[in-house]
Amino acid sequence: MADEVIKVMKETFELYGNASSMHAFGRGASQKIEEARTNVAHMLNAEPHEIIFTSGGTESDNAIFALARDMIDEGSQKNRIITTTIEHPAIIETCRYLVKRGYKVDYIPVDVTGKIDIDAYKELLRDDVLLVSVMAGNNEIGTIQPIEEVTQLAKKYGALVHTDAVQAIGKMDVDVKRWGVDYLSISAHKFYGPKGVGALFVKKGAPFGPFVKGGHQENGLRAGTYNTCAIIGMGEAAKLVINDGDKERKMLWKLREKLRKGLLEAIPHSIMNGHPTESLPGTLNVSFAAAEGESILLMLDLHGVAVSTGSACATGSLEPSYVLLAAGLNVELAHGSIRFSFGRYNTEEDVDYVLEIMPPIIKRLREISTR
Amino acid sequence: MSTSVWVYTDKVKDHFMNPRNVWDDDSYTPDGDGTVGSLACGDQMRVGIKVENDTIVDLKWQTYGCASAIASTSMMSELVIGMTLEEAYMLSPENITDSLGGLPEHKFHCSVLGDKALRASIDNYLERENRPNTLKSKVARIICECKNITDQRIEELVKSKEATTIDELREITGFGTVCGSCNKEVHELFHELQHIYGV
Repeated sequence: MADEVIKVMKETFELYGNASSMHAFGRGASQKIEEARTNVAHMLNAEPHEIIFTSGGTESDNAIFALARDMIDEGSQKNRIITTTIEHPAIIETCRYLVKRGYKVDYIPVDVTGKIDIDAYKELLRDDVLLVSVMAGNNEIGTIQPIEEVTQLAKKYGALVHTDAVQAIGKMDVDVKRWGVDYLSISAHKFYGPKGVGALFVKKGAPFGPFVKGGHQENGLRAGTYNTCAIIGMGEAAKLVINDGDKERKMLWKLREKLRKGLLEAIPHSIMNGHPTESLPGTLNVSFAAAEGESILLMLDLHGVAVSTGSACATGSLEPSYVLLAAGLNVELAHGSIRFSFGRYNTEEDVDYVLEIMPPIIKRLREISTR
Repeated sequence: MSTSVWVYTDKVKDHFMNPRNVWDDDSYTPDGDGTVGSLACGDQMRVGIKVENDTIVDLKWQTYGCASAIASTSMMSELVIGMTLEEAYMLSPENITDSLGGLPEHKFHCSVLGDKALRASIDNYLERENRPNTLKSKVARIICECKNITDQRIEELVKSKEATTIDELREITGFGTVCGSCNKEVHELFHELQHIYGV
C-alpha cells in the first residue's frame, strides 16, 4: 500500500461511522465514500454513478457472469459467452462452472506472445453472442489485449463487453469511453490501495441487476454495509494513479527493460514469455531451461527477492501454468518460468541486485539438474 | 522485499542449499545408472551407484525439480552410502522424508522419485552384472487381491507403455473386475506412475 493511502485510512478509522446511518458521523463517512467514487470514476474516465463498490476483482468478475447467466435463464435470444484461454481464475473457473451446467462458452486462443487471435475471435462472433469478456492485461505474462478492437467487433453483433482490468489498472491507460466497454473490473490492491476492496464499472444504460441482495446500498445492486475505510483508501489510491500514473509507468518500463536485457544476455537458454512491447510495464516473465521454477523462487527468496513461478511444484498440482501452456510454451519451460513484478517502490539498484544473483543461481541449479 | 515463502524444515533448507553427493563431475563412472521422471513433468532424477561386495560405496545424483525433490535426493544419498543393495532397495519415501524432518503434505510426491531412481540404478547394476534380480519381488505389494496383481506388475506395464490407458491396464490384468475394491488405488497408482515415467 502507498504511504498516502495508509495515512488516509488511519484518519478514517478515527472518524469511523456507519455510512448508511443518518447521524452526523454517518453523513461524513457517506460524503467521503462519494468522493472516493468520484476519484475511481475519474481514474477510469467514467461517471461516478457508473461505479459500484465490491470486495475486489473476483467479485466484480463473478457479478458479470452471474448477470449473463440470469439473462440466459430469463430467455435471452443471445445465449453464448466468449472469453479467452488466459483469463484470471475468477473467470476461467466461473466459465467451467457455467459449461458444466450447460451454458455455452467459447474461448479465443492466444499466440506465443499471449495476444488473442483476432481472426479466431471474428469467427466465434455471431448474433447469438451475449457477452464477450477479454482481460486488458495478463497477470502472469503482462500481455496487453486490443480492447478497443475487441469492443468494436463485438458491437457489430450487439454483444455486451466486459474487461478484467485488475492487472492493468495503474499500469496502463484505462479509459472506458475510448475502449467502449459495458463492464470493467478492478481491485484496489493492484494500484497501492487496500486488499479486499474493488469496483465494477457498469456503463450507463447497460443491462444490470442486483447481484448481492438485501439492502439499499449501491442503489440496491450490491447490498451490504460499506467497507468505509477500505473504500476511502481505494479513492486515495485512485488519486495517485491520476496524478503519478504516467510517470510511474515510464519508470517501471525502464526497470523491466533493464532486467529483461540483463537476464537474457547473462543467462544462456533463457527466453522472455509475453509480448516484447505490448506489455504491462510492471511484469516480466522469463523461462530458464533445465532449472525448475520453485527451486529458483526459493533461492531468490533466501536472497530476499520475492517472485512467482508458473511451475506446478509451487502450487502442489502436477500441471504448470495454464497461461503459459495456452501461449504455446513447452511444458519444461513452463516449469522453469519466473515472474518478476515491479512497483513504485522498486529501484534500479533492485534490478542490479537481481542481475547479480540470478546467473549463479541458475548455473548451480543446472549443475545439479539432469541434463 | 516481501515476507518469506519458506515452508520447509531447516534440514530441507540445508540439503537444498548445500546438496550432498551431487553428480556435477562428468568423469564419474557408476556401476549402475538409473533415471526416472521427465523434464516435462517438472521433475527428473538420475542416480549413479558404485558397488563393492553388494554394498553401495558411492552414490551421485542429478535432479531437475523443486526444492523438496533436490533435498530428498541429497538426503537419500547420505542414507544409502554404506548400505547393502538389499537394504537400499527397501528404502521407502517415508525413510527419506522422516530423515528430513518431514515435508509439506503436497510435497510428498516429490520424494517418491528419489527411491525409485535408486532402485532403477540397482536394477541397472544387476542387469550389467547379468545377475538375477531377486530384490524386485521383495518390495512388490499386492494391490488387487482377487487377481493377484502387484504394484510392480502395474509399474512394468506403464513403463513399457503396454498399458497407456486405465482401460488397457484393466484389459491386460483384469484388475477390479471381481470385487472392485482396488479400483481407486489402481487409478491413483496408474496416474502417479504415468507422471513418474513421463508417459
